[in-house]
Amino acid sequence: MIALLNLTQGRGGPGSASRFPARHVFERNVLSYRRLWLVFVAGFIEPVFYLLGLGVGLGQLVGEVSVAGTSVEYAAFVAPGLIAASAMNAAVFDSTFNFFYKLKYAKTFDAMLVTPLRLGDVVSGEVAWSMTRSGIYATIFLAIATLLGLIESWWSLLTIPAALLIGIAFSAVGTALTSFMRSWHDFDYIQLGLQPLFLASTTFFPLSVYPEWSRPIVQATPLYHGVTLCRNLAFGAQSLGDLWHVAYFVAMAGLGVAFTKGRLRSLLMD
Amino acid sequence: MKMVSTVSPLTEGTLSIFGRLPERDGREIRQRMGVVPQEDNLDQELTVKENLVIYARYFGLSWSDAKARADELLEFAKLTDRADAKVDPLSGGMKRRLTIARSLVNDPELVLLDEPTTGLDPQARHLLWERLYRLKEQGVTLLLTTHYMDEAEQLSDRLLVMDEGKIVAVGSPTELIAQHVTKEVLELRFTDGTPDALHTLAHRTEQLPDRVLVYVGDGDAALAHMYNEGISPTGSLIRRSTLEDVFLALTGRSLNE
Repeated sequence: MIALLNLTQGRGGPGSASRFPARHVFERNVLSYRRLWLVFVAGFIEPVFYLLGLGVGLGQLVGEVSVAGTSVEYAAFVAPGLIAASAMNAAVFDSTFNFFYKLKYAKTFDAMLVTPLRLGDVVSGEVAWSMTRSGIYATIFLAIATLLGLIESWWSLLTIPAALLIGIAFSAVGTALTSFMRSWHDFDYIQLGLQPLFLASTTFFPLSVYPEWSRPIVQATPLYHGVTLCRNLAFGAQSLGDLWHVAYFVAMAGLGVAFTKGRLRSLLMD
Repeated sequence: MKMVSTVSPLTEGTLSIFGRLPERDGREIRQRMGVVPQEDNLDQELTVKENLVIYARYFGLSWSDAKARADELLEFAKLTDRADAKVDPLSGGMKRRLTIARSLVNDPELVLLDEPTTGLDPQARHLLWERLYRLKEQGVTLLLTTHYMDEAEQLSDRLLVMDEGKIVAVGSPTELIAQHVTKEVLELRFTDGTPDALHTLAHRTEQLPDRVLVYVGDGDAALAHMYNEGISPTGSLIRRSTLEDVFLALTGRSLNE
């Protein structure tokens, strides 16, 4: 029996372009992660360990810390910082390792670019996916922290949109940096960069603990802005000044996306 | 191929596909076109069927249409029983068939194929040719690049020979054979050198390291004539001229590297 194609029938038919083509790039990632849920779960385990090990464990020795004029237990101080850190982890992991694999090995983007998808759709779809992953991690983390009794204010819910913003910014910069990677060895630099970013971000100690000369450096690093934003929101201590953090991430995202598009254009379309 | 698939900008000249310009209407052109790249870039993280479904989504088909289309194409590519398998363990021929099936999700009017059967075994090639031929029968335009002249002869109505980026000949396979080579080729082998008399007997001969090619209209008659003239090769073979002869006549035998 020979199968015959019904080419003339034209169901769905050519010429019916989508309204937001970037969403199909997103869908592709959802499909691929349906079977990789374990990898997905593994991604947010690390911040949870930090919360339990350092926040709760070390917190027994540290006692109370003062935030926004009130005294809170150490784990409650650390928790919002870790929301920001898990948002960063999710975005970085996705926009570096996964992006590199799709770009260099699987040639996923080459396959997409001969369809009606444009380069901008591909980049937006990828960044949107990493951002969503950040949002999911942050939500799960927030739920765990709440169960542990570390979250008091309803304002904490706003850490989730903050996490999305952190996600889009880190993912945009992550894809931009990844476009320069030549081989898997280069990813050691990412690890090398993330560790100090994590430690210097005021996740575990307030800015006042850092030596005076190092504070401007800390304040320039991206995770610092994420941690501060999430912490202020978690304690309902947000102010107009926090818009500065938002602006920082918007700039990061804008520059990252523009840069990634430029790089991919020269890598894939010349 | 990247320019025709509207991915790369033109380096020079003009290009119009379906009467539209790629630099302006790239998306609209790609909506009506299918592309089979030289290197398989199937999605390794998805199953065979998911590859087709998501590709159909890229073209804007609804999920239900995409799934129905995928089933239809799996049937066409003889991959129905592998629908839920991963891509990686598939054989080279299956991957190619899946890539071709993928290029058809949008009912394209034009399909670009970049060396579609390179590296495949004869069975896999013939199956592919048969499927491509069927597409052609259904009115799909195929634009195909290949180094295999038998493939070009099998599939093409109109053929364009390129050498170092320049078009050196255009026509149907039979036209090209008629224009550039004779109807038949006589392949002769001699143990102690090619006799000079041979060159006066035929209007075109070609000396290769191990044999001489004599381009003639009628191989049997020419061979008989040669024996009459006292030329007796140790081995002889009469064959029909092929596109391969045309290609070599036009582009030469030196390695193009």
